[in-house]
Amino acid sequence: MTWGLREVSVTRGRKQAIADVTVPVDPARITVLIGGDGAGKSTCLEVLAGLLEPCSGTVFRPPKELIGYVPATAGFYADLTVQENLDFSASAYRLSGREYTAKAAELLEKTGLGPARRRLGGQLSGGMQRKLAVGMALLHTPGLLILDEPTTGVDPLSRAELWRLISGAAAAGTAVAASTTYVNEAARAAWVVLLEAGKAAANASPAQILKDVPGALGTATGSARPTPLSWRRGASWRVWAPDGRLPDGTQPVRPDFEDAVVTATLASERGR
Amino acid sequence: MIAKEFRELRRDRRTVAMLIVLPVVLLVVFGYAANFKVSSIPVVVTGPGASQAATLLREPTFHVIEVNPAAGESVARARLRDGQAVVAVVTGGHGPLVLMDGSQLFSVETAESALGRIASANAVASPRVEILYNPDLTTSWVMVPGLAGLILVFIGTLITSLGVVRERQAGTLEQLAVMPLRAWDVIAGKIAPYFIMAAVDLTIIVAIGMSVFHVPFAGNPAIFCLGAALFLLVTLGMGVLVSTLSQNQGQAIQLAFMLVLPQVLLSGLIFPVASMAAGVRWISYVLPLTYFIEISKGVMLKAVPISDLWQPIGLLALLAVVVLGLAVFRFRRDLAPGGRKQHAAAMREEEPAAS
Repeated sequence: MTWGLREVSVTRGRKQAIADVTVPVDPARITVLIGGDGAGKSTCLEVLAGLLEPCSGTVFRPPKELIGYVPATAGFYADLTVQENLDFSASAYRLSGREYTAKAAELLEKTGLGPARRRLGGQLSGGMQRKLAVGMALLHTPGLLILDEPTTGVDPLSRAELWRLISGAAAAGTAVAASTTYVNEAARAAWVVLLEAGKAAANASPAQILKDVPGALGTATGSARPTPLSWRRGASWRVWAPDGRLPDGTQPVRPDFEDAVVTATLASERGR
Repeated sequence: MIAKEFRELRRDRRTVAMLIVLPVVLLVVFGYAANFKVSSIPVVVTGPGASQAATLLREPTFHVIEVNPAAGESVARARLRDGQAVVAVVTGGHGPLVLMDGSQLFSVETAESALGRIASANAVASPRVEILYNPDLTTSWVMVPGLAGLILVFIGTLITSLGVVRERQAGTLEQLAVMPLRAWDVIAGKIAPYFIMAAVDLTIIVAIGMSVFHVPFAGNPAIFCLGAALFLLVTLGMGVLVSTLSQNQGQAIQLAFMLVLPQVLLSGLIFPVASMAAGVRWISYVLPLTYFIEISKGVMLKAVPISDLWQPIGLLALLAVVVLGLAVFRFRRDLAPGGRKQHAAAMREEEPAAS
């Protein structure tokens, strides 16, 4: 790995937030951390950004000048205009006037924030605010871009635009580490770290995670839950049989990435 | 609803402490500090009849600190100017001359009545009295220099703390921590605008005091500026310190209020420090406003030179170093990488691996 965490553990108070988690983050690739609330996604990213030191493990990170970070909260100044927010980011990273002008124009065009450059950050829509925050983090062309749930609470169209922006940065060589709660976003990443209760339930490429689904998966109908290891998918049930023996009345089904994430999470829960 | 409010209140310990502790503290402090009556006035007596005059001043209000028959009126005036004495009795010539420091309103009023009592008890004519620095004993002349300081406390402590806490609440403090900025850069950047705003405010207050209330500015403006700058650094440092101890703006306001209130009551702005009970008086000696009032009144009304103000200026400088140092130390914990340090950390920052 170029950047990332190797077997990192963090304790918050008496609670272990993450335990022996490895997160590889490489240039020109997107690593996505996925998991439920409290799974440890933000903790991993805070350690990677240098906001938090771990109890144990190794952190690989570039100097601050090469890190771009968008926290799960705002990531921009509500009382500054779009242009003023970019100005501040440029001055913090000591960008030269020419470099800044070109990069700001490019980002305003890519984010679609050009017409809103004189609007206050606080007056933008949720999607535009996140685009502004990502734009600020990309302004200095970071080597490592860290995004804590950049698309949470954002409408589907803005989510797509945000990911286009993030993918563009990765395509240009930036190493991206992003957290999300959306499975379809993780499916498009080069590498996925699935976190469950502070531990990595899966740590591989989406294709590998899909390939590694243990046991058998089936689909069933009816109002009652077929087995404890089943979950709703639309109008039917998904049934997972770790031992490969599906119950009667269950039709075998080829798992997709969402199924793979759920089974890996269930397998991790069962292992605890 | 009532149960919910109590549950919320129980978890907001600072508010509970403020509700219970503050009234008690205020009552005790007010009880001991709220005293306009001056019980001890420092007096110097000079001139050939100094010893005789000193014996006449056996009134308990007067505390004769120096009897100097060899000295004259100039020494007496110097003692008043440098604040060692509030009343000076100059003997010789055409009868005794009593000089009083008009910047000490309550002391002068008490001294005048005590002098009257001495004159009638000894069946002598009342001496000539000259009130220096504030001849008409105008209250605004004494209040404006102090109020200027009080306004600086509000801007420095309250407004600054809110500015920093707002950043924390918005989540942008984390972003600043990741940016290539030093903790000191961030603090300097946060306090510089407030420093300038407070300096502008101070100029306006002094200008209004001089033009509307005819408060004199007798001394050297550079000394005043030096004292104000040091005082502002202390109050701004207090603001940053408050912000590091507060998670939200409500907590910051509460804490800042707890720091501002004692300065209003115990700095000598309202009640003379000399009238306070000894148990409370020491608090006023650790409050920056006490020293700023001494400097501002000294420079504006009495034209005190810097050589006589080194003590309050030095103490303000010391407070500035201590408070700003603490603020930077605490702020660094929030900002610097590893600020929220884990125990037994084994992390190391590395250059890219050759993978």
